[in-house]
Amino acid sequence: MSFATLSAAKMAQHRHRKRINVLALVLSLSAMAFGLFWLAWILFETLRLGLGGMALAVFTEMTPPPLASTGGLANAIFGSMLMVSLATALGTPIGVMAGVYLAEYGQTTWLGRVTQFISDILLSAPSIVIGLFVYSAVVAHLRSYSAFAGILALALIVIPVVIRTTENMLSLIPNALREAAYALGTPKWKVISSVTLKAARAGVITGILLALARIAGETAPLLFTALSNQFWSADLSGPMASLPVTIFKFAMSPYENWRDLAWAGVLIITMGVLALNILARVLFRNKY
Amino acid sequence: MDTKVSGSISEKPKLTVRDLNFYYGSFHALKHIHLDIPERKVTAFIGPSGCGKSTLLRVFNRMFELYPDQRAEGSVTLDGEDILSKKLDVSLVRAKIGMVFQKPTPFPMSIYDNIAFGVRLFETLPRAEMDERVEWALKKAALWNEVKDKLNQNGSSLSGGQQQRLCIARGIAIKPEVLLLDEPCSALDPISTGKIEELIHELKVDYTVMIVTHNMQQAARCSDYTAYMYLGDLVEFGPTSELFMKPKKKDTEDYITGRFG
Repeated sequence: MSFATLSAAKMAQHRHRKRINVLALVLSLSAMAFGLFWLAWILFETLRLGLGGMALAVFTEMTPPPLASTGGLANAIFGSMLMVSLATALGTPIGVMAGVYLAEYGQTTWLGRVTQFISDILLSAPSIVIGLFVYSAVVAHLRSYSAFAGILALALIVIPVVIRTTENMLSLIPNALREAAYALGTPKWKVISSVTLKAARAGVITGILLALARIAGETAPLLFTALSNQFWSADLSGPMASLPVTIFKFAMSPYENWRDLAWAGVLIITMGVLALNILARVLFRNKY
Repeated sequence: MDTKVSGSISEKPKLTVRDLNFYYGSFHALKHIHLDIPERKVTAFIGPSGCGKSTLLRVFNRMFELYPDQRAEGSVTLDGEDILSKKLDVSLVRAKIGMVFQKPTPFPMSIYDNIAFGVRLFETLPRAEMDERVEWALKKAALWNEVKDKLNQNGSSLSGGQQQRLCIARGIAIKPEVLLLDEPCSALDPISTGKIEELIHELKVDYTVMIVTHNMQQAARCSDYTAYMYLGDLVEFGPTSELFMKPKKKDTEDYITGRFG
């Protein structure tokens, strides 16, 4: 039998399907090109403008006063790293444990559904609302801006992201794996900690990284909480500088030196998040 | 199916099932099951899909308790002790009655740890003894020669047949008394299936084995006793040779000769 003997109706149908296939491919490729275009442009501009302000002084000197010709971002870089890592360290265990509760214990319970609902609302809450909340709940009471308040605000952003991803990743683990673990007489906490959470590890870590990347660039929650600081400070009970707030302050200023530093800051955040993502991918690639 | 079948045997029973009823929510999945499972023999459960044979196996190690809408009534005793009793810790039941499932489920850890995981739950062994136990279990499951040089590799790097033998090794490493096999060969090629059937033959020296299978030849080949189930009823139970050669019931005969099911 040769292919030419296929009936005319079948051939027409076949050509029709191929046309639709080409159309779908073109549409999805152009959608990808559209997204990639803006991403490439953003990266290009960040590099072009950021490299101009990049110098060793950026990492060693403090944020300068207006009209100064030198200065750096050392205090802002340190402040950002400190607050972002502490907020992640605070939010991750809470988020992972709440996610475990939702996926492994509370699926059908009233408490589980309420927790899930509230967490989802928190997930979509604008970050400025969270900033204002921490301002009124902590800063206004203590009558002082503090890095601690900033960490709290950032942690409140981390928690729902980690809850969502942890819960989603755990619910992707097939029940057969859980049953196999239980069939050996494994207690529930051990099934979760040694089997399901381990199987979902890559996804959970991706979620934590996503949360970390998000808070690394958040300005609004820090504006009314950690405020900013022109000087080096490691005191969690006082105001602390951070990259996003410094960028916000410097980028809109009329001083060229400030604007250059703002772009350098943008580049540092972008590269930092990128490096962290690559590092995590390399570290956790194909490991169990 | 109006007459109640009582699966009694001449040998000493390891597991005794009396008036067992099982429900998925309001669905009555097992109806008044009476059955004696002989010690150190292989008992096969056959019957069309949905007849309750897997459900019965999942009662024996209380796997159904993971799902709140499932419940069992009646009694199942292991050496005279009621294993459905709420007072008995379910982990202890499962340590004595192991189970291997239809699809291979290697844990996300090394081949070695896959075997050692269950052992560590109940025993604290020095490294050398643990090594011995892992080797013993892998040899029992006819997998040792294929994995002895890559014990540190991830369990999921093995082929489907190897993974299933890994799961069997994991199940026997904790030295249970009863081993439940729920269609252990349905996802395997004929060569792996052959290895597992040989393994079942060896296992009955030490263990009481129960196997659910859709494969009639498999049941005939590797079991001593066979139970035919249909729609939640135990239709016929007896020595495999008798059940296959001269079944007492028309339904059983129709099923095993392929006229039905």
